[in-house]
Amino acid sequence: MTSEVLTIIETDGKVAKGKDPNLSDDQLKELYETMVKARIMDERGLALQRQGRIGFYLQALGQEASHVGSAAALLDSDWLFPAYRQPGIPILRGAPIDQIVCEWFGHEGDPSKGRQMPVHYSLRCINFVSISSPIGTQISHAAGAAMAAKIRKDDTVFMTYFGDGGTSSNDFHAGLNFAAVTKAPCVFICENNQWAISVPSHRQTGSETMAQKAVAYGMPGVRVDGNDILAVYRVCMEAVDRARKGEGPTMVETVTYRMASHSSSDDASRYRDQEEYELWKQRDPIQRFQQYLKRRKLWTKEWQTEIEETYKNELNAAIKRAEAAPKPSIESMFEGVYMNRTQQLTAQQEELLSLEGPAAEELGEFPL
Amino acid sequence: MAEMTLLGAITDAMATEMRSDDRVVVFGEDVGKKGGVFGTTAGIQDEFGGDRCFDTPLSECGIIGTGIGMALYGLRPIAEIQFLDFIYPAFDQIVSEAAKMRYRSGGEYTCPMVIRSPYGGGIRGGHYHSQSSEAYFCHTPGLKVVIPSTPADAKGLLVSSIRDEDPVMFLEPKRSYRTSKGEVPEGEHVVPLSKGRIVREGTDCTVIAYGSMVGVCEKAADEAEKLGKSIEIVDPRTLVPLDESIILESVKKTGRCVVVYEAPKTCGYGSEIAAIVAERAMEYMEGPIVRVAGFDTPFPYTLENLYMPDVRRVLKGIHNTFTW
Repeated sequence: MTSEVLTIIETDGKVAKGKDPNLSDDQLKELYETMVKARIMDERGLALQRQGRIGFYLQALGQEASHVGSAAALLDSDWLFPAYRQPGIPILRGAPIDQIVCEWFGHEGDPSKGRQMPVHYSLRCINFVSISSPIGTQISHAAGAAMAAKIRKDDTVFMTYFGDGGTSSNDFHAGLNFAAVTKAPCVFICENNQWAISVPSHRQTGSETMAQKAVAYGMPGVRVDGNDILAVYRVCMEAVDRARKGEGPTMVETVTYRMASHSSSDDASRYRDQEEYELWKQRDPIQRFQQYLKRRKLWTKEWQTEIEETYKNELNAAIKRAEAAPKPSIESMFEGVYMNRTQQLTAQQEELLSLEGPAAEELGEFPL
Repeated sequence: MAEMTLLGAITDAMATEMRSDDRVVVFGEDVGKKGGVFGTTAGIQDEFGGDRCFDTPLSECGIIGTGIGMALYGLRPIAEIQFLDFIYPAFDQIVSEAAKMRYRSGGEYTCPMVIRSPYGGGIRGGHYHSQSSEAYFCHTPGLKVVIPSTPADAKGLLVSSIRDEDPVMFLEPKRSYRTSKGEVPEGEHVVPLSKGRIVREGTDCTVIAYGSMVGVCEKAADEAEKLGKSIEIVDPRTLVPLDESIILESVKKTGRCVVVYEAPKTCGYGSEIAAIVAERAMEYMEGPIVRVAGFDTPFPYTLENLYMPDVRRVLKGIHNTFTW
């Protein structure tokens, strides 16, 4: 048990001796590109909300290294049980951009058929399980799926995400406990971004760290600099290996910072000091990784511009398509509650449809 | 056919499905070596091993939360909650997660799991081993709610629940576990989750009941017969989705309706049935639609027999439909 935080990339881009996970140039560039794209997507998403074109948005500004670095340690066949602040994962795994953007609008093309608020993705094509709003509920799902994989004797690994607030939830306790008892192949990522809406992390727990909680459950708990993608990757790779070898679950606490407000409905300046924000801005995970790539001569200004321009164009085109796509049909509201529609739902649909169009006019006057 | 108790039929249903489908697993508190506090999983671990029938830590939210994860990953989990009274820590997982998974993911992810739990009074269990909280779950779109009243139905409905593609709350009338006995088909036996059952035919008044209240109503109907009234009893068997037509056809025939349930009267599931009858069959009714239910008190210990609807109260309810 330790409160030490593993850092690999120093702020000037130098690397702590002997700790570099030695990723290939292509892998490094892919991770960087994903982080940059995630940030562009976040900026665009919030802008659309501010313009009144979508109803809501949740940013992950400043947390790109934490979720991209951890998910990069998985195989594509491994499953993710995300929270709502990991936009880089669908990008890393190559989810179709239209599926993501249509979800913001709730228009056709959204795999969830317009049934959820923006940023509550379901992306089966990349083993990214449907997101819900209640905090922490996905933690025990990940544990259970990992238990199932163990029962079925396959070697899938499961990774789930939650914040510092999530460690206070019932399902954090249940999920870690069940996974540890059964030695399930699950990696729990606590993205400690210091804030649960307006409540700071020291009001969530009396524990010195989040990672130390893991020890009580009977699994390793590791703290890592969440704004250092190489450190996150290295720690998560070890955790994923352990899981795949049948050695059981691990909890990783990525120490990071929510640079943005909780959501488009929140204003963090009402409860948070600007100095704290400025301090963390100096630790920006993208800037930090860029310094490292510069030292390795993998970053150029032209490449940066190319990533940004190309992705903005792609995103804008997708937004155009999504905005123009039709709303889901009235019938779709009554579908998918169960595999087969009940007679009650059919009757309720008819009741609604009868209010539309000519049938409504036939209602006529009330008999007195 | 073999004579079984309702409890034995539940065990038989699980064992039958576990033999034919290796995705089916059953887990919960004390279900392994002990075979469950009532014995519903007796012998299951011996036959299928500890991977398919296992004890969990003592956490209802964990049992349901991990069960959802298992279902998402392709198993057919049967999660046992030891008493329905203990299910509330798992309420969030049931209503926010299991019930909504199919809908909220546009069908990308589904949650075919069965949540089995003994419910209801009559065993001197006090507040925390007696309640009938089926209405909470009936109020949540995405869940199916099933309550058997006979051994044959218990088997057939549980088999259907395990095979169902959606989450099912399978509530077992614990008072009837050993008192309800009957012939149960061996091997394959399926009762669909959308069809009620006419328990007995009659012409003067329809009594609608489920779970252990069916037996009470049968006795009340015998008494009513002695007074010259012919009672039809309908057991819906699945509360969600409800077989409305079997209820409506019956009340249209008899013109009278009594709904019996042991949960607190206010907002109980019987109130929903009464509303359906009022909305859809008002012109056929020759008397008020009457609810006979538990009282709006916490479930009492010493006075449990007065709390639960009994023959006397059901008879009075029937009487009220004639004498309003």
